[in-house]
Amino acid sequence: MASLKDLRNRIASVKATQKITKAMQMVAAAKLRRAQEAAEAARPYAERMETVLANLAVAYEGREDAPALLKGTGGDQIHLLVVATAERGLCGAFNTSIAKLARDHARRLIADGKTVKILCVGKKGYDVLKRELSQNIIDTVELRSVKQIGFKHAHEIGARVLKMFDDGEFDVCTLFYSRFKSVISQVPTEQQLIPAVFEKDEAAESVVYEYEPGEDEILSDLLPRNISVQIFRALLENVAGEMGAKMTAMDNATRNAGEMIDKLTITYNRQRQAQITKELIEIISGAEAL
Amino acid sequence: MAEAFNFELVAPERLLVSDEAIEVVVPGTEGQFGVMKGHAPLMSTIRPGILKVRRPNGNVDEYFVRGGFAEAGAEALTVLAEQAIPVKDLNAEDIRSQIQDAEEDVKDAKNDEAKQAAETLLSQLREVETALKAS
Repeated sequence: MASLKDLRNRIASVKATQKITKAMQMVAAAKLRRAQEAAEAARPYAERMETVLANLAVAYEGREDAPALLKGTGGDQIHLLVVATAERGLCGAFNTSIAKLARDHARRLIADGKTVKILCVGKKGYDVLKRELSQNIIDTVELRSVKQIGFKHAHEIGARVLKMFDDGEFDVCTLFYSRFKSVISQVPTEQQLIPAVFEKDEAAESVVYEYEPGEDEILSDLLPRNISVQIFRALLENVAGEMGAKMTAMDNATRNAGEMIDKLTITYNRQRQAQITKELIEIISGAEAL
Repeated sequence: MAEAFNFELVAPERLLVSDEAIEVVVPGTEGQFGVMKGHAPLMSTIRPGILKVRRPNGNVDEYFVRGGFAEAGAEALTVLAEQAIPVKDLNAEDIRSQIQDAEEDVKDAKNDEAKQAAETLLSQLREVETALKAS
């Protein structure tokens, strides 16, 4: 049985923990709002880009002279997985679920005899993946010092992926991130970047555009940009998702700490009372004995 | 009085403008072009330059844009720019550092193609700088 002093110390320490988790939750809530706004502000750009490219891509379907970014290298031997996770932990299963999706995908590819290369964006994904796939990880991009993710960060990663593609270092590139559905729900998602896949919009308007310069030039200008745009979107969704997950996780932690404090307080009070009763009995029986 | 149409200027980070405009002058890769209501469907990439928007109230807003494309239709014009800054918020430093970057690119270019691309960019940026100084 723990002594009263022990109990007091424990209550104090759990209270301190609760204060921290509560503060973290509030910080996450404030950051979430900003991250959500950023993610929403970036949506129109990415969506427009996709519509335009989808329109252009239809024209190239099945053609031999389509740009490599659209039709791929022809092979699918080497796969590059870009795994975007958060830089910090304490956000529930957020990082683990992205890493798990990527790991399962990598396992499947390896089982099929393919070569897998992994580019980690964010430290946490690297921490999880290095246990099993350390020889597949080619590099990690850290964005820890970055306060607000700007397009240039995504562009750097995009440029890197493109350079590797031009050097023939991989055939297929897949991006892993977490789609921000709502504050309590983030969906780990995989998205194929190269060769580019577009959702077919059946209702797409059949306006015939005049292209300036030619379609080929526009397409070859836009496809590389699209890679950066998609990565940018993924990063922003990730930040929003991370904050959402962190908020939920910290909310749970705060609640658990509260329950624990209640339980400890009850035990503490019982023991204090028991001790008082014991002392009274001792005094009374002492007096009676005289 | 010309009729107004919808104009949107979108950067990756945010939607800058979504409003009505009378006329928009876009710095296209193959030359500047003006867009008014009822323009034929046109898709063009853009080069670094100044985009001018004439509003229904007669005001003219200017934006520095770089990289991206413009999509014009009869009822709307959408400009997707990798970078878009209102000219009044733009300081000479920004442009100068971009010019410096471009100059380095020219030096570092490994093949002729990359060098040519970097040089084009550099000259376009210089044009913007002189245009800004003049105004």
